[in-house]
Amino acid sequence: MTGGEPQQRPAGSCALVTGASRGIGAAIAIALAADGWPVAVNYRSSVEGATATVAVIAAAGGHAVAIQGDVSDPAVPDRLLGAVREQLGPLAVVVNNAGLRADGLALSLSDEDWQRVLDTNLGATYRLTRAVLREMIRARFGRVINIASVIGPRANAGQANYAASKAAVIAFTKTAAVEVARRGVTINAVAPGLIETEMTEGIPPDLSARIPAQRAGRPEEVADAVAFLASERASYITATTLYVDGGLSA
Amino acid sequence: MAEPSIDQIEKVITDSLVTFGADRDAISRDAELDALDVDSLDLAELSQIIEENFGVELSSNDVSEIKTVGDAIDIVAERAK
Repeated sequence: MTGGEPQQRPAGSCALVTGASRGIGAAIAIALAADGWPVAVNYRSSVEGATATVAVIAAAGGHAVAIQGDVSDPAVPDRLLGAVREQLGPLAVVVNNAGLRADGLALSLSDEDWQRVLDTNLGATYRLTRAVLREMIRARFGRVINIASVIGPRANAGQANYAASKAAVIAFTKTAAVEVARRGVTINAVAPGLIETEMTEGIPPDLSARIPAQRAGRPEEVADAVAFLASERASYITATTLYVDGGLSA
Repeated sequence: MAEPSIDQIEKVITDSLVTFGADRDAISRDAELDALDVDSLDLAELSQIIEENFGVELSSNDVSEIKTVGDAIDIVAERAK
């Protein structure tokens, strides 16, 4: 056995959260900062949202910087990681949160809506993870947390593209995790259920009746799960999916 | 970057393999990486270490050709010229 003992987070290391200008991503950035991580708040288009996230973190005594980059662009991950290292130091935590939906029945989805959902939700997760693992295996410490969804493991009419992308994120998470586990790098997925964000606006309210907890979740409840998986306390948890869904997936 | 000596290359590769869990006493030019329990993840990391130390980039095809410790030393020495 050459896996070694669990490592402590490297001194001066930082966290990156993609799509952190609002919603679940913003809540994750705030939660990681509260745990003492310097946080890179990645955003695609909402500089206002990213600035607001950074301001919340700063007001609480944390440290964060906003860094623009559309992670669905294959050229962005290396540039983004370079910018994060330059401004905050080596990366110990990456949260692949950036995602989008473009709903429609499978029989009528356009190729474009299929592809852009896959490119962002799955492709960006893969490329950013690939880019950061080289650094993490050398450091013998790393936490990659991929935001999946209960949609994927479960069906949801009108979201075939989204479901396919999120189920693939879970599959990718498991296999990538076992490849690097003995280097002290964990890769896990967090699968939110119905969470109150702008992204879930328009989803029928009767869905909450199917949730055992009988309510939608809050972004902060997802963020707490992510912060735990990013911590040293989660050193022996890898290749798993943590559902934060009020029991919906049971 | 100055051309490294064979001894320098051998030391970096040997130290890396030991870090990965190989028995230092079992490492020789003829030792097969499989026999040293060096796998694809180790080789991926070794490629990074080689690049950092000697500026030599090894492709996945190059890495797949490396069967022994001597193969690794020789390809780095050749590419670093």
